[in-house]
Amino acid sequence: MEKIVIPIGPQHPALKEPESFRVILEGEKIVGVSLRLGYNHRGIEKACEERTYVQDLYLIERVCGICSHSHSTCFIQAVEEIAGIEVPKRALYLRTLVGELERIHSHLLWLGVAGHEIGFDTLFMYSWRDREIIMDILADLTGNRVNYGINAYGGVKRDVSKEHLQKILKAMDTLEERTKYYVKVATEEITLIKRLSGVGRLTKADVEALDAVGPVARASGVDRDVRRDDPYAAYGEVEFKVITVDNEDVYGRTLVRVGELMESYSIIRQVINNLPDGPINVRVPRKIPAGEAFSRYEAPRGEDVHYVKANGSDKPERVKLRAPTLANIKPMLKMLENYNLADLPIIIAAIDPCFSCTDRTISIKKLDTGSSEIMDWKSLRQYSIDWYRRKGIKF
Amino acid sequence: MNKEEEIQQELINNFNFPEGSIRIPKERRIFVDVSMDKFEDVLKFLMDKTHFDTLCTITGLDDGTELGVIYHLTRQDGIVINVKTSVSKDNPVIKTIMGYFPSAEFYERELVDLLGAKVEGLPEGSRYPLPDGWPDGQYPLRKDWMSSSLVKEGQ
Repeated sequence: MEKIVIPIGPQHPALKEPESFRVILEGEKIVGVSLRLGYNHRGIEKACEERTYVQDLYLIERVCGICSHSHSTCFIQAVEEIAGIEVPKRALYLRTLVGELERIHSHLLWLGVAGHEIGFDTLFMYSWRDREIIMDILADLTGNRVNYGINAYGGVKRDVSKEHLQKILKAMDTLEERTKYYVKVATEEITLIKRLSGVGRLTKADVEALDAVGPVARASGVDRDVRRDDPYAAYGEVEFKVITVDNEDVYGRTLVRVGELMESYSIIRQVINNLPDGPINVRVPRKIPAGEAFSRYEAPRGEDVHYVKANGSDKPERVKLRAPTLANIKPMLKMLENYNLADLPIIIAAIDPCFSCTDRTISIKKLDTGSSEIMDWKSLRQYSIDWYRRKGIKF
Repeated sequence: MNKEEEIQQELINNFNFPEGSIRIPKERRIFVDVSMDKFEDVLKFLMDKTHFDTLCTITGLDDGTELGVIYHLTRQDGIVINVKTSVSKDNPVIKTIMGYFPSAEFYERELVDLLGAKVEGLPEGSRYPLPDGWPDGQYPLRKDWMSSSLVKEGQ
């Protein structure tokens, strides 16, 4: 049969973020996929080198809109390690609290997207409704729904009150009840099971060969979780199960994430019940002594890693970060092989991709003036209109 | 002797590392400096004998006259070994490690695009992460490259 190449993206109604697939089809069957990334590349690593540590913390938090606390914590841990700072216990517990709240809202978001991709929009509406409970808590706790800005060098910026904690505990009860329903749906709803089982297969051997991370790895029976293997923040002091299943498919990835939601509720209860008293931060000098550190964090999508090199000044020498989605790209291409084109959206969605994280790093504005300037919204809009006009597109 | 020191000792026994080239700054972290000619043997040793079977990522560094490359490897018990090697910036040729870690592909393409490394054995494929029209010879993560570099070119 003749092969057909279908370009999908970078701008495409079915994709939420810019990425470009070239899908080679034999009939309905996917026989090859190549991927072009980089459309979200913003030069963040270079920008970090040109800014102070204080500025970088804000910048790093904006690598991603969903797992912003993951990146900011991963980065701050590296800097604090180089500076030899001992972060107060209460701050470590609060970082863990926000980290798990973030995981819950991220997994609920995923569950909705997955439901949507398989035409189960009721699930999408339910899980996004429940996600709002967490978003409200985060706004209450930190002042923001996303980009919480809770981390500060040496600890956290805001303390929590007893009322906050009571509210969170109550929310955990509600969410646990709702999640039990999702577990029931995931294990008993026959259309969901049939639609997801055997789709996007990635064997345990594939995971080990391709270094997949997070729920994708754990759904193929690979017992890997930075929170347990390389504990940071307060994870060394809480008990939780690392959820693994042997399904090796999209259905397994669903079970793992739903199971992780239940574990997150338990972690949050432990954090709140054992929250130590004391200060929430210590002073950290603006200049960080020369040194290097490699920091890891189990983000909702998998292992996030940051490498920071300091040169003794108030600006880092080098900041390198690798978000979990980049590690799961090669495994994702493997998952697509030999499935139907119709399975492509859910297989891609099942790694819970975040291309904003993946393409973290340069985009230089073309300047006709020869000097550097910041374009305001109006001139940026005019620039784009002129650009399209030159191409002969009128609007 | 803890596990990190055991790994350090094994490396010293097998590769004659000079004093100070292996550092253990904290629990579960090891930093190793390796010369380019020994790099592949050390990598194989770490994979086969000490079971560092997962590649976290690869970091490229502009170290003045040299281009530093750090391979961050990990294993089941959470220990990370950061293996650093260097090449001259005049001729920054390194070999691909895709034969050992297929996951290295995107990380090595980043070294090519952002730091101007030449990676021998890296298969043909679309570049990452810079756009297709990006001018030749512009490597954003090199220290002499500024955001204004492109402007001077009149781009």
